[in-house]
Amino acid sequence: MSESFRIADTKDSRVSGRPLRFVFDGIAYQGREGDTLASALLANGVHLMGRSYKYHRPRGVLSAGAEEPNALVAVTRGPGRMTPNLRATQVELFDGLTASSQNNWPSLAFDAGAINDLAGKFFSAGFYYKTFMGPKVAGNWLWTKVFEPIVRQAAGLGARTTEPDPDRYAQFYTHCDVLICGGGAAGIAAALAAGKSGKDVIFCDEQAEFGGSLLHEGTASIDGKPARDWLADALAELRTFSNVRLMPRTQAFGYYAQNFVALSERVADHLAEAPNGARERLWQVRAKEVVIATGAIERPLVFPGNDRPGVMLAEAARIYLNRYGVKVGSRVVIVTAHDSAYRVALDLAAAGVVVAAIADTRANPPVARLIEAKAAGLRVIPSATVTDTKGRLRVSGIGIAAVSGVVVDAPEWVACDAVLMSGGWTPSVHLYSQSRGKVVWHEDRQMFLPGASVQAERSAGACKGSFALVDILIEGYRAGEEASGASGLRAFAVSGDAGIEGGTMGRLPLLPGSKGKAFVDFQNDVKADDIELAVQEGMRSIEHVKRYTTTGMATDQGKTSNLNALAIAAGKLGKSIPQVGLTTFRQPYTPVTFGAFAGANRGDLFDPVRQTPIHSWAEENGAAFEDVGIWKRAWYFPRQGEDMHAAVKRECQQARASAGIFDASTLGKIEVVGPDAAAFMEKLYTNPWAKLEPGRCRYGLMLNEAGFVIDDGVIARMGDDRFHVTTTTGGAPRVLHHMEDYLQTEFPDLKVWLTSTTEQWAVIAVQGPKARDIIAPLVTGIDLSKDAMPHMSIREGKVCGVPARVMRVSFTGELGYEINVPADYGRSVWEAVWAEGRKYNAVAYGTEAMHVMRAEKGYIIVGQETDGTVTPDDLGLNWAVGKAKKDFVGKRSLIRPDMVVEGRKQLVGLLTDNPATVLEEGAQITAASAAPTRTSALGHVTSSYESPALGRSIALALVADGRKRMGETLYVPMPGGAIAVKVVGPVFVDPKGDRVNE
Amino acid sequence: MSDHAVMMASRRGPLHGLSLPKGTDFSLSEAPHAARFILRGDGASVAAFGPAAPKPLQGSAAGTRTALWLGPYEFLLLAPEEDATTVEAGLKATLPAGTSSLVDISHRQIGLVLEGRLAARCLSAGCPLDLALAAFPVGMATRTIYLKTEIVLWRQAETRFHVEVWRSFAPYLVGHLADALAGTNGL
Repeated sequence: MSESFRIADTKDSRVSGRPLRFVFDGIAYQGREGDTLASALLANGVHLMGRSYKYHRPRGVLSAGAEEPNALVAVTRGPGRMTPNLRATQVELFDGLTASSQNNWPSLAFDAGAINDLAGKFFSAGFYYKTFMGPKVAGNWLWTKVFEPIVRQAAGLGARTTEPDPDRYAQFYTHCDVLICGGGAAGIAAALAAGKSGKDVIFCDEQAEFGGSLLHEGTASIDGKPARDWLADALAELRTFSNVRLMPRTQAFGYYAQNFVALSERVADHLAEAPNGARERLWQVRAKEVVIATGAIERPLVFPGNDRPGVMLAEAARIYLNRYGVKVGSRVVIVTAHDSAYRVALDLAAAGVVVAAIADTRANPPVARLIEAKAAGLRVIPSATVTDTKGRLRVSGIGIAAVSGVVVDAPEWVACDAVLMSGGWTPSVHLYSQSRGKVVWHEDRQMFLPGASVQAERSAGACKGSFALVDILIEGYRAGEEASGASGLRAFAVSGDAGIEGGTMGRLPLLPGSKGKAFVDFQNDVKADDIELAVQEGMRSIEHVKRYTTTGMATDQGKTSNLNALAIAAGKLGKSIPQVGLTTFRQPYTPVTFGAFAGANRGDLFDPVRQTPIHSWAEENGAAFEDVGIWKRAWYFPRQGEDMHAAVKRECQQARASAGIFDASTLGKIEVVGPDAAAFMEKLYTNPWAKLEPGRCRYGLMLNEAGFVIDDGVIARMGDDRFHVTTTTGGAPRVLHHMEDYLQTEFPDLKVWLTSTTEQWAVIAVQGPKARDIIAPLVTGIDLSKDAMPHMSIREGKVCGVPARVMRVSFTGELGYEINVPADYGRSVWEAVWAEGRKYNAVAYGTEAMHVMRAEKGYIIVGQETDGTVTPDDLGLNWAVGKAKKDFVGKRSLIRPDMVVEGRKQLVGLLTDNPATVLEEGAQITAASAAPTRTSALGHVTSSYESPALGRSIALALVADGRKRMGETLYVPMPGGAIAVKVVGPVFVDPKGDRVNE
Repeated sequence: MSDHAVMMASRRGPLHGLSLPKGTDFSLSEAPHAARFILRGDGASVAAFGPAAPKPLQGSAAGTRTALWLGPYEFLLLAPEEDATTVEAGLKATLPAGTSSLVDISHRQIGLVLEGRLAARCLSAGCPLDLALAAFPVGMATRTIYLKTEIVLWRQAETRFHVEVWRSFAPYLVGHLADALAGTNGL
């Protein structure tokens, strides 16, 4: 095709002479540098760009901007680089662009889904709701076999790619003194004013070029210059300001609290080559002051057949002509309620397009407009309405009728290939409304306009209801000065500006019995009838009408439809527009890609992946890892051919037979220091600390105010004023916050300070009868002998020549040590321990073996044996509660009646009758083997393993009055039948505890 | 215990094996090993370390020693690695008993040095603070966040920042900074 609708002389337009090739729906076309996909298609005479959502009606491009509801396309740039639902009016053409239409099968011109159009009466407003609530026919057959598949198939618009997105999306925070959103005349004037002030200014516009309507303004002149020349000079001046950041292709899509505005910048979508860097950037801007200069959007007129391809907004035709050098048709009819469409007619006529008629819905169009039209030889039909349009894939004719009073005359059919409509202009108050400002209805002007400012922002220009170019410039300049704290008003001289009067809302008068579909919301296929039906069926508020009909709920969020819908609903209800209300303007203004929101936070960078200093060794030695919070911990170390079960069994057996080496670096560690350190520990833990000697360790239990166990760990006293506290891996931050909270709010008089040392130390646990022999050759300055360093003690010395804290502790029930060395030395010391361990056939073990061995000893794990409702006594840990202590956090709660009542669940051991049966953790426990339904459980299984030490299964459980039930048989009901279990003590291995004291 | 058998352990930091972005607009490098202490308590205690007590949100340096203000009663002390024992012994000897807490955190975190025209921009990919020179001047220091990790940020020169980050979060931070640099194309 050969751009047959491109005008010969494009020197005044924004497209260059450079041709670009592109493909739409498999057909190759030529466009120009500077085109959008929509303008390039129109240059080739293509109006049909999509199918409507519900009825699959053929649709052409309606607008030339971000508000486009019809021409939604998918652009494909290779695997994973497919973006659906792009507005063809915003897609910048590049050489090789490949785009396709959506919502049609098998083709755009013949779409099988168009059957919905004929069956339209079944798809009326609220179709979805009515279907859900419909009568049951043959059970649920009608719904499950007919309607649900239809609804599902029809749901959603556009397809997504299933490949991963290879592009990069950057996110930056930034700050500025003045943010100006919108680069039209008002924004330019504001930027000139703010730029001169020297303040830090961000000036953004969604389009590739700044200028807004000035980019297609061929008639007006500013300060004696043609508008386009004035614009070029103004932009040149702005570029000289180093304090002004000009951001084209950048949509301010959301206005949030404290002048936080989100911008989405399209960095690379207009380039033929895939980007090296970011495809898009999300800017999170904190602005001291904001100028909103977002302009206005032309309103469609609501008449039957107003959605045929070729029917479009009037000003859009002028944009395509003046900015892109494209005629939208050869013979057009203009239907308008507003002055602005006259300049469209004049420009088109001057370009050689036949303007067959200007149908003005007003009885008395302004005389100036009539004179202009007459001078150009154009026919004006006043008091006009549209009865219907003709044409299948393109409009071919329009029925225009005169209205006298409420009577609509017989129509006169006028042949045409484009209908250009204007219902007037709707100020874009979206950002203002998102800033929590309340829009105000102006009855005289029939507009919602910004009211008082809630945040530090002001609107200027058409978005504030100013439509005369001179007013827009003055207002913009003033807003820029106000936002930047400058003063010195500037005058602008404007001539040749068109009229700004007129406008209508709601549907045009109809011929009696008219059956044509008059669309309000083009994207969601909502007709004027649907809105009236919604009112008829009882919807009163616009919020209900909106949800019932889905008007304004498409991705365009009703930019072109909301006010028409509101007017129709208000008319039917006999109420005023403010009485019916206005729906909320939600972020984002236009759709934003998921990529922009995700940024770099995906894959390996989604969350921090915390690794211990010994992680690399475990990795090199084949460890399987498990996630513990955001830590990676070695889970088990399978040898060739071993599964998890075999590996864990070997690790447990070998640790008890010789020794096991375990990376315990993730344990939380807090250094508690100060003259009141012991007093503070007395308050935060249940145990007594005052008399614990330096060099000794004690198992500590931490409760919350309610008396329930929230953490535990071994705590070492390093000196009179210093404790080395360990916490559970997952509890480390929580415990530090809990301590700091109490220190600051309850015990501010205590002289004690907390410092996290979790990551200061790498911790290597060596557990097993050979533990001492293994570490001894590496340790200097510490007497490791049984008497000099008994169980539950700590010594400072050196291990492998580096300063170390060596604790003698056990979480396996075996003789054990935990070597703390500064973290950078962790791997090296581990390797030395490992080398020594090999001499004794020691194993490296992971968290699973650790869990098994501690369960064999009946040691609890907070979060597994506890669930936030478990007391020390429930766990059999009363020995850890200092009876003589006057107070500690949780003490008062421990004597509440329900905390000491009979029947509380207590920690016990369970042995299945069949030693091979391993219970399921979390399984419920009952007294009867076939407990009737609704029987309350006696408790549940908290831990369950196959125990290598016992050669059979073991389990820990919380059971009501468990300690009184020793020897009783209880049952664990499972889908395959109840499992009989015997209640035993929770310590399965070495109940006397001889081994730890070896 | 057998002294003769003891080998000296070697160090390996959390960035072992990772390559760091290097360029004229932005380069990222690991700061030399340092002795690090958290001093909690009265700011007057800092004087015993060397530098004057830093003002809020400021760093304060004397010779090779630096104190960064983290809070009204919290300071991060940085000194050359070889000073570790003398710093600790010196402070413990000088500080009035019971007025403060000194904890060695030399290995808890690492230092990163960000240099170049795009250093502030790369930081702003994850740090919501205003890093313009006027808002965050040379000498300013603060504890803040970078995406999901906590950092201490200290501006040493207009285009040079020192960042302290906990060791297990360091690869995450480095990965994001490298990604941010790639996302600055054309800025």
